[in-house]
Amino acid sequence: MKSPIRLERRLEQPRWLNWAIPLISLLGALVVGGLVLLATGKNPLDVYWRILDRGFLSERSITGTLRTATPLAFTGLCAAAAFRLGVINIGGEGQLYVGAVGAALVGLWMGGSAPVGITIIVMVVAGMVFGAMYASIVGVLRSQFNTNEIITSLMLNYIAGIILNYLIFNSRSYWRDPRSVGFPSGKPLEERTHWPTYELFGFSVAFGFLLAIAAAVVLWVIYKRSRLGFEIGIIADSPRAARYVGIRTKWTIVAVTAMSGALAGIGGASQVGDFAHYLDAKGLQLNNFGYTGIVVAALARLNPLGAILVAVLLGGLTNAGYSLQGPDFPSGLVGTLQGLILFTAVAGEILTKYRLRSNRAGTKAVAA
Amino acid sequence: MNSNIFIVIAASAIFYGTPLFFAALGGVFTERSGVLNLGVEGMMLIGGVTGAWASLHVGGSAWFTVVAAICIAMAAGAAVAALHAFLCVTLKANQTVAGLSITIFAGAVGLSSYFANIWKVAENPVTRQIRKLDVLGLADAPIVGPLLFNHTILTYASWVMCAVASWYLFRTKIGLQLRAVGESPQTADAMGISVVKYRYIHTMLGGALAGLGGAFYSLAIVPTWVDGMTKGAGWIAIALVIFGFWRPGLTLLGAYLFGALQSLGTVLKSRSYDIPGDVLDALPFVMTIVVLVLVSTRFAHKRIGAPAALGVPYEREER
Repeated sequence: MKSPIRLERRLEQPRWLNWAIPLISLLGALVVGGLVLLATGKNPLDVYWRILDRGFLSERSITGTLRTATPLAFTGLCAAAAFRLGVINIGGEGQLYVGAVGAALVGLWMGGSAPVGITIIVMVVAGMVFGAMYASIVGVLRSQFNTNEIITSLMLNYIAGIILNYLIFNSRSYWRDPRSVGFPSGKPLEERTHWPTYELFGFSVAFGFLLAIAAAVVLWVIYKRSRLGFEIGIIADSPRAARYVGIRTKWTIVAVTAMSGALAGIGGASQVGDFAHYLDAKGLQLNNFGYTGIVVAALARLNPLGAILVAVLLGGLTNAGYSLQGPDFPSGLVGTLQGLILFTAVAGEILTKYRLRSNRAGTKAVAA
Repeated sequence: MNSNIFIVIAASAIFYGTPLFFAALGGVFTERSGVLNLGVEGMMLIGGVTGAWASLHVGGSAWFTVVAAICIAMAAGAAVAALHAFLCVTLKANQTVAGLSITIFAGAVGLSSYFANIWKVAENPVTRQIRKLDVLGLADAPIVGPLLFNHTILTYASWVMCAVASWYLFRTKIGLQLRAVGESPQTADAMGISVVKYRYIHTMLGGALAGLGGAFYSLAIVPTWVDGMTKGAGWIAIALVIFGFWRPGLTLLGAYLFGALQSLGTVLKSRSYDIPGDVLDALPFVMTIVVLVLVSTRFAHKRIGAPAALGVPYEREER
């Protein structure tokens, strides 16, 4: 039996694939998701329309979408930065928690005394440092002992979750509000430590979101213009070749993993400074921002500027999920759709290597 | 005698280690064929939720229901694994990201939670559980009772499977061909072995075993459905494949070691030892990292047993 379509090796990768693949992937995910919805007795068009409506079609929904997009942008950049080197850091989740712990620590400690600007800067830096240090565990183990970074970073996610629970629920830590007796919660930060929000085009935009855009631009410049970016490209393509030409691959792995963790760490700091204003042990763990960041990075094809756009897109999906959740919009639906998007994005990568050709007489291109 | 803490821990290590072993044994098969499966956690959860559904909705005698639930969970795990094989074998996608996509798609906040929600599985505790047996009436015998004669049917099945798997991998022709596919698909292909077929079958077999492990959580350990109930067991299972050097017997030992770590919290808490619960909760995860580092340093250059073509898609035209 001959399959009607065959794969033909591409000799070069046309530029239009950069945006065509994410679009095809997204469309594919919606179709497959629609089949899942149909199979479980839901009307896909109705569900999709409501997601669109709650995610993107009003000022209020866009404000909420940008709010959800903020941590996703950071975790997306975190994943993209590491994946680009070939280091599969899936520890964005834990690095985000730890960044939040760091930012909450300095926020509580500096409290109302220091000037507002300085407090905010120190909180951002603390988030970065904590996230970077936590990620360095993964980077050092990978570069020194060649330990599988996927499993170590994932284990550290669980450990970070346990640390959060310990700090808020199971100890009398500095982060816990001593007044919260019945249900323990984090100590609230002084109002002076709250990060500003800006009104842009009628939507309120968190300071953290602007930081994410700035971080994406910095990353983009690093990739395009710096020596480090060049070396990252070589190591990703061939670690061996990189060593032969004298690139310090071990150092680069540690540095990039730390940078990747720093990005997720700012995401955690932004959760504290922009939104929660205390160390929200439960809320942080509820949202799976780190794992969704992997979807963001994959759909953006590891492009930092693309990651911001995709973060807004998936932020809208997640945000719609929050506001729609109920009996006829079960939890798990948004996660399923996100997983499908990642799934089709992975599948879509085949189009960079191959073109699909019809196997019937003549060689008419079927798609792509 | 049988309430001696070491015996209690050893017995519960076997109990908690059983699902880890199923998932890890599945990983051994999958990885021996050269496919890396990081979707184990997702497959376990899908197995868990479908098993719980079946135990609530399949009628008949208790035994029939349990057997049906196990079969359905295994079929569901295999179905999800087929998706993974499609990505990795047919589309030759990056196996790491493909596996992650499976875990995110099927995992704790994905399809397994969606199914649990629309089937209303979480609201009802599982009535038809997989219970511990009293084999030959020896469950209360000193020492050997709790260790050997007081387990679920699946634990006994896992011992049989461990032996059969070793025989299959190292003593049969198909096992030899399977290892050839994982070591050098080019050679296997030249010998006339279908690389695609072997990889599909063993990835799906791995998924079925992961689904079985998931069902053990929802039908025996907890036993009711909770979103994300495997809590990283799938990932520990992936690490166990490495600790076990891709061999069923060693994997079984590793699974019991981690079963012991997982059960330590429950056992020590029930005896009011004053150890912070969070430390015990973190122990399996910390130990996974520690053991992984140990294994990767000592055998950095000569990783015993790792299939040479693991994680590499096979493309016939690229020789």
